[in-house]
Amino acid sequence: MKTTECLIVGAGPAGMRAAKRLLDAGAEVTLIDRSDMLGGQLTKQTHMFFGSEKQHASKRGIDIMQLMIDDIVNHPKLTVIKNATVVAMYKDRVVGYVIGETYHRIQANAIVVAAGASEKAIPFENNDLPGVYAAGAVQTLMNVYGVKPGHKVLMVGSGNIGLIVTYQLLQAGVEVVKLIEAADSIGGYLVHASKIKRLGVDIETNMSVKRAIGKDEVEAAEIWRLDEAWQGIEGTEEIIECDVICMAVGLAPLTELLQQMGAKIMYVRELGGNVPVIDKDHRTSIERVYACGDMAGIEEASSAMMAGEIAGLSAAVDLGYHVENYEDDVARLRHELSNLRDGPHGEKIRLGLKKLGVLS
Amino acid sequence: MRIKNHPILGFKARKTITFTFDGKTYQGLEGDTIASALHAAGVRKLSESIHRKRPRGFYCAIGNCASCNMIVNGAPNVRTCITPLEEGMDVRMQDGKGRVE
Repeated sequence: MKTTECLIVGAGPAGMRAAKRLLDAGAEVTLIDRSDMLGGQLTKQTHMFFGSEKQHASKRGIDIMQLMIDDIVNHPKLTVIKNATVVAMYKDRVVGYVIGETYHRIQANAIVVAAGASEKAIPFENNDLPGVYAAGAVQTLMNVYGVKPGHKVLMVGSGNIGLIVTYQLLQAGVEVVKLIEAADSIGGYLVHASKIKRLGVDIETNMSVKRAIGKDEVEAAEIWRLDEAWQGIEGTEEIIECDVICMAVGLAPLTELLQQMGAKIMYVRELGGNVPVIDKDHRTSIERVYACGDMAGIEEASSAMMAGEIAGLSAAVDLGYHVENYEDDVARLRHELSNLRDGPHGEKIRLGLKKLGVLS
Repeated sequence: MRIKNHPILGFKARKTITFTFDGKTYQGLEGDTIASALHAAGVRKLSESIHRKRPRGFYCAIGNCASCNMIVNGAPNVRTCITPLEEGMDVRMQDGKGRVE
């Protein structure tokens, strides 16, 4: 069986930043990802990021990704395993992964798990028809492969993903017929919402999908108004002609691997569902196993980067490395994270982290 | 279904890759996954639900959901959304859960 000093599962923003910190400390790192590209979901983020200078604000996600890759990829102590899906994790830090049809094993002294999240769906009649796509999938199709998802799109959900993907659909030359939101107000940043409104996209709140219409694929959607209890109101139905219903209704952390390993898990609605119980240094309940990024609670790429750094630093210290300026660096990262989580948009995440015991 | 003009992304000219889907010849581009090539060619149904045989298409695009599992070069349950397209691939719709030969 292969061995490595530190294994990082997932080469998105959290995993790559953790790798950088571990490599800087002198550790030998293996970075494993199921895709054939490094970058995770940053591979399709064509929009400019907000936040602080240190987290590359006003650069596009795809450019931030390239910077992070360049930062680590030629390091002599880094091994990258691509096209490899991790399918098993055990308490003795043995990890099983599949490449093509072959099963491999690797044992690590420390593991940073940054497996990301999967997109949620909502129940309605015919929600399994081809043409009902998750928003991230639409982004992948357009921005990674250069393929349009369809001709006319109904967007469901007004969080930042729904707003940004709407804008990206327009950039790709696809019509967005309407954006609907079940809550009574727009969920994402108003700057994103204003941008798509200026481009003529109608945003309606208190609305949801009643059913998708079509036999072999989506031909239209029936939407309806919701009451205060989020129940559909009979008689308010409206038929929207579209060939894509794009679901931007939130994400759920991919905690299955940590569950299998026996790590302590907790349900925290505000963090997206089941999340690993971690301390403020991102240590899970299993010795020398760390969790960060969306898998440790749904946030965004900027916070995933900082959390990845903290997890990487913790792993380096626990592996016995002397990390210069450790205390200052961690304090600065925590400070930046709390800035990012400040204000009304960070309320949910702050509440979730309090439930988890990470914030007091 | 290919994006021709984009304000941010420059899609360079890419090599054509020929493959078959259920015996019919299709063409994709270098850099495509099997599923992105099929979608670009207008194929939206990629599988059927196991019990009720309802049509299933692209859904997550990152290997999470199993909606695009197909038989590729004889091997069932290939996640076509994360499998790079290769010249001459034999891609088929899968019936049920797939069998181990």
